Amino acid sequence: MKESLEKKRGKGTHKSLLPPGIQKDIQADAIVIGASAGGLRAIGLILSSLPASFPLPILVAQHIHPDMNSLSVTLMQEKCQIQVQEGIDKEPINAGVAYLAPPNYHLLVECDRTLSLSVDERVNFARPSIDVLFESASEVFESRLIGIVLTGANKDGAEGLKFIKANGGTAIVQDPNTAEYDAMPKAALEATSVDFVLPLEKIAPALLTVVGQRRQA
Amino acid sequence: MNNRAEIMNDMAVHLKAPAHIPDRELQRFLDQVFDKYGYDFRNYSHASLRRRLRHRLMLSGIDDFGDLEAKTLKNRQFFNTILLDLSITTTEMFRDPAFFMAFRDEVVPVLKTYPSFKIWQAGCSTGQETYSLAILLQEEGILDRGLIYATDFNATALEQARRGVYPTELIKQYAAQFHRAGGKGPFSQYFTSRYDSVLMDKSLRRNIVFSEHNLATDGVFSEVQIVICRNVLIYFNRTLQDRALSIFHQSLGRRGFLCLGAKESLLLSSHRRDFEVVRENERIFRKKTG
Repeated sequence: MKESLEKKRGKGTHKSLLPPGIQKDIQADAIVIGASAGGLRAIGLILSSLPASFPLPILVAQHIHPDMNSLSVTLMQEKCQIQVQEGIDKEPINAGVAYLAPPNYHLLVECDRTLSLSVDERVNFARPSIDVLFESASEVFESRLIGIVLTGANKDGAEGLKFIKANGGTAIVQDPNTAEYDAMPKAALEATSVDFVLPLEKIAPALLTVVGQRRQA
Repeated sequence: MNNRAEIMNDMAVHLKAPAHIPDRELQRFLDQVFDKYGYDFRNYSHASLRRRLRHRLMLSGIDDFGDLEAKTLKNRQFFNTILLDLSITTTEMFRDPAFFMAFRDEVVPVLKTYPSFKIWQAGCSTGQETYSLAILLQEEGILDRGLIYATDFNATALEQARRGVYPTELIKQYAAQFHRAGGKGPFSQYFTSRYDSVLMDKSLRRNIVFSEHNLATDGVFSEVQIVICRNVLIYFNRTLQDRALSIFHQSLGRRGFLCLGAKESLLLSSHRRDFEVVRENERIFRKKTG
């Protein structure tokens, strides 16, 4: 199935383009990122390292206090070349845009590749929950999804990353040794086998390599 | 011993492959549920439905979505469980205090000029927001002039709403939000405590009519001055959102108010030109004339 898809799209393997240690042929249509304590800084570092022409959409669940307004979006937009915005209910997902889950709402992906919000009960004490975003995105993008778990002091995102892997997607976890809070990356590493464990500053370059591979293909 | 069993149990859940529900199968399930039971979830957000159904699969220990479908269609009692799973029940008192503050500032002064008024709160679930509204109107001295239709398709939730009994552990949060919403007196005057729950004051309920109404299948039932429907439309797709907004538009009398949830907007809707914005951030709109 995957093979025929790749053939149809005329994509071969370009392992040589990947950084050393990255041995997987990655085909992705979207990226999901989850972070908790220490996450705003980590997410900011990744997003600000991507060029305006970045060809994939990025969906972000960052644990944040329910009363926080959209200030974090404004701050992040200022230092990023890609467009950063709060996810809007039923809005189409566009490439080169990072969508942040609004405080106190879960962010989900519909089959027609639009966004949905929900006020369903907290998952892992969190709304937005990383698991909720990861699982719904995985249902839609299946193997063509990259999931990234960053710093955090709980275990949200572990089940979601496992789900992404079960559907054939790619899993990246921030190296716990370089994470401000290591509980969340550790929980993710315990829950599933992951493709890459990378220090924070290596994550954006890895993503660029992956999409570079995609563009050349 | 017990501990060990629990650990084993956790491991079993942990190791089980998560269920993937393809959209085709979900659609077939929703079609059959509609045919058999008349509840129409076909235009609900599939992402949310899928999450809830996956949760039910896990709780019931069913591996295959087809088996869940068969059981739902065969077993009415199991369908009732599914119906509860699929209804939106998350609600709290004075959620988004800024909205209630804006309602006091923008809507209440208009209501005070009316000899009587009707409010339709669509999707009231277990009633927390309905009581919040009644408390606010009581404080403003106009509860007696108003009639609140509070509707939901979920009969079980409505029954809870009618009872007006809520866990005491939530009251602290509700009280804080009540005050941030501009509430003046002590919050405790609106309920009586008994053991681990509170009973909302009967006087709040005297002008509330709780009744069944399904935004997916039912239509207009009364002319009202205000429609409040917060955090319900996000569970619908665009088609059903537009259906609901049409019903709201038809229900609203001249210059009626429409109040939506903090992240709900008319921007993507075909009805965006039928309403003017009263308060952007608090999502208060007003029906245009003509």
